[in-house]
Amino acid sequence: MIEYISIIITAIFVNNIVFAQFLGICPFLGVSRKLSSATGMGAAVAFVMVLATAVTWLLQDLVLTPFGLGFMQTIVFILVIAALVQMLEIILKKIAPVLYSALGVFLPLITTNCAVLGVAIEVTRKGYNLGESIVYAFAIAVGFTMAISIFAGIREQLALTSVPKAMRGVPIALICAGLLAMAFMGFSGIKIG
Amino acid sequence: MNAKLKILYNGIIAENPAFVLLLGMCPTLGTTGSAMNGMSMGLATMGVLICSNVVISMIKNFVPAKVHIPAYIVVIATFVSVLQLVMQAYLPALYATLGIFIPLIVVNCILLGRAESFASRHNVFDSFLDGIGIGLGFTVALTILGAMREFLGTGCIFGAQIYPETYGSLLFVLAPGAFIALGLLIALFTKIRTKNA
Repeated sequence: MIEYISIIITAIFVNNIVFAQFLGICPFLGVSRKLSSATGMGAAVAFVMVLATAVTWLLQDLVLTPFGLGFMQTIVFILVIAALVQMLEIILKKIAPVLYSALGVFLPLITTNCAVLGVAIEVTRKGYNLGESIVYAFAIAVGFTMAISIFAGIREQLALTSVPKAMRGVPIALICAGLLAMAFMGFSGIKIG
Repeated sequence: MNAKLKILYNGIIAENPAFVLLLGMCPTLGTTGSAMNGMSMGLATMGVLICSNVVISMIKNFVPAKVHIPAYIVVIATFVSVLQLVMQAYLPALYATLGIFIPLIVVNCILLGRAESFASRHNVFDSFLDGIGIGLGFTVALTILGAMREFLGTGCIFGAQIYPETYGSLLFVLAPGAFIALGLLIALFTKIRTKNA
């Protein structure tokens, strides 16, 4: 049990996907203008990330490793993730239209979200088992949602302030993200178990 | 200006992927702890981009429109796998430093973006030039950002000590420095571009 808690705390705070690992920066900058869309994106990422990690972990364990096809990892994972996202979109539209209308616009964007592929590759490199991988993927997604929600809150305020012309938009947002990352550095060094 | 030169100029200055189009932010932030790492990542991306641009512009007429995105992703992923194997064999130390960002070139929006907006509409030679231009622009951006962080953080540029390391601010080598340095550089680039325009 303690190792699961350790994975969760580390993934959310210490090794936050955005502030410490620099993955998923595109949606982090692109979809963080409004708090509501930021949380929507976070939920969609959580959904896809857990599913994609489980599927790619099984593929790696049952197909790629036994047949010595490790070098095909990149190609197989990206295709599986792309197909998965497409399938998910179709299935959600049919069986859960409410969820689809909430997450729908974000789903196509997720295929090229490097965080999803990044986590799938990361768990195979770390040698996690299936349970640990799923917990890790979920915790990473929670960390992402937290980061993007905090950031969206800041940007909503930022839109109202007067900023030097050249700094408007992305530059000042990046500097705020830097300050946030500094705050998150306070968690580094925490060890559990 | 000569049309061919214009393609190169576009990639490096007018449509610089990292500073103007704001694409490929993850490797831009994640691998620029030093000028050397930034430059290596830029060159690796450029290699894949040139190859994928050339191949995609060759096959653009045979690929059915409905499946063109998956087809392009397969082409890009193939070259990324090639790069991974080559780097593992000949540059293992660099491969370990850049880590997960090498396989993640696959999802770098620059590659698919150029495939969609340039290679699928132009001939092979122009696509090749576009690959060089955009690739160089990305490499230059990553090298500048890496050099800035290395200089402010450790007092070195490309490992050559400029001022004593004790005066450096380690923050710039760590994660927060990446965001702050990139923010300042984009602001500077915007300022220069708007003045020229």
